[in-house]
Amino acid sequence: MSLATVKENVSMAKNQSNAVISTSTVNGIVFDTKDLNLWYGETHALKEINLTIHEKEVTAIIGPSGCGKSTYLKTLNRMVELVPSVRTTGVITYKGKSILDKAFKVEDLRTHVGMVFQKPNPFPKSIYDNIAYGPRIHGIRNKKILDEIVEKSLRGAYIWDEVKDRLKENAYGLSGGQQQRLCIARTLAIEPDVILMDEPTSALDPKSTLKIEDLVQELKRNYSIIIVTHNMQQAARISDRTAFFLDGEVIEFNDTDTIFTNPYDKRTEDYISGRFG
Amino acid sequence: MRYLDPTQVSRRMNGRIVKNKSAKGLFFLATLFGLIVLAVLIYRVVVDGIGWIDWSFLTGRQSHDPERAGIMGAILGTLWMMVVVAPVTLILGIGTAIYLELYARKGRLQSFIQTNIANLAGVPSIVYGILGLTIFVRAMKMGNIVLAGGLTLSLLVLPIVIVAAQEAIRAVPSYLSEASYGMGATKWQTIKNIILPAALPGILTGAILALSRAIGETAPLTVIGIPALIIPFPEGIFDKFTALPMQIYYWTLDSSLVTEYANLAAATIVVLLILLFLLNSVAIFIRNKFQQRY
Repeated sequence: MSLATVKENVSMAKNQSNAVISTSTVNGIVFDTKDLNLWYGETHALKEINLTIHEKEVTAIIGPSGCGKSTYLKTLNRMVELVPSVRTTGVITYKGKSILDKAFKVEDLRTHVGMVFQKPNPFPKSIYDNIAYGPRIHGIRNKKILDEIVEKSLRGAYIWDEVKDRLKENAYGLSGGQQQRLCIARTLAIEPDVILMDEPTSALDPKSTLKIEDLVQELKRNYSIIIVTHNMQQAARISDRTAFFLDGEVIEFNDTDTIFTNPYDKRTEDYISGRFG
Repeated sequence: MRYLDPTQVSRRMNGRIVKNKSAKGLFFLATLFGLIVLAVLIYRVVVDGIGWIDWSFLTGRQSHDPERAGIMGAILGTLWMMVVVAPVTLILGIGTAIYLELYARKGRLQSFIQTNIANLAGVPSIVYGILGLTIFVRAMKMGNIVLAGGLTLSLLVLPIVIVAAQEAIRAVPSYLSEASYGMGATKWQTIKNIILPAALPGILTGAILALSRAIGETAPLTVIGIPALIIPFPEGIFDKFTALPMQIYYWTLDSSLVTEYANLAAATIVVLLILLFLLNSVAIFIRNKFQQRY
């Protein structure tokens, strides 16, 4: 079976579960956030957020701890709703569709918007089963198709050569950096359009960090990537646009070059020059 | 100026080290006490009973004559009861735990139910016997058959299974379920594929410990009227029966009339202990086999 047929099968499975999301973007904008407010109980965590995320770019979100950057990221695939007391107002559209409507199926959204977490979190299963998990829950049972998805995803995350002889071994035998690339491969296996990354290198050593950064540069040819990072050098190295969050507000959002060389807000300048945070 | 005067510190040093050692000795003695009592108990039972355990005792029918008495009927009665208790407690227990941990909204009602389950685990077993007598034996007109006894014991150990399963489910790290939700899995897919497999060793260990408890219970069975002497072997869950702890109870009760009954009771205790030991070994084996690292 050819890879083209595989893609067709996967996208058929997607189309069955989801007829609302089109594959085209509106003016190259993937996510459009308008006047987003978010509360955890009484805590006002996000205030009047307005942001646009562009297709096939890397958008970095920086800011000190507790500024709301992870909360914003998790709002984009509605993972934030796992906290029971969350309340939002405002609008986020994904490719023109409003995603915060309760009627919008989160399962649909998360099939198009994949996520990589702060700490590598492979399942306590084999490397193969980790990658095949996503396709399986979306209804793919054919062994040959699964084999092809597993290989393609692992190659996409540049980890295939390291694991191809041990696909049946438990994923916990891999190093931390390998586990994180495995998690990226696992996300690629659901063939998303957007990949959210929540400080994906904060638990890794410098060498593994560099590998993930290189990988992000490769991935942006096919995916739109939003990455939350504590590391300003990382944002400067790998992103096209950068948003600076502070106390739940977007202080500045611009081309990464502009933010790092010529910020217009004093607070942005203070933060990137290391005066606080 | 220094706050820690070196000569003062070294003068106090010996006292601290002596206290450290005596703490260890104290805790060791506490452990030893339990071990010794247990050892004496097992020694007495084995000495009294071991001479009476032979093939005809294990496989024989009940009898008033100590030389001819056997406990096969009680063994079968106990095993048939477990055939009722195991599926009932597993299905109801795991189901309740999943609902309370993963579906129920955290609020007053949930914490009310939670408190009650914890209290139920502490209710004396004889109260469950009265419950079983009222509901299963009388209201549902089952009579004192295996099914009635099994359901009564199921009620008794259900809280244990629920609490063990809840703890096992709660111990599954949230980052695993987040990874599953993050790929578009539904709640049920996440529970079935990620949470339950990871919680399984803990759930099974709790379930088998609960079965061990049920096997040894006597009080609820006396209340629902399980007789001492039943000559035919039970062949299914609708038969009348007796069970190992009942056998021990009645033989001990009558040991003032026939002194050999005390030895028969001791021999039966040895058999019951071996059965319990086997069950606990299965629990440990299952836990080790399914234990996954995360």
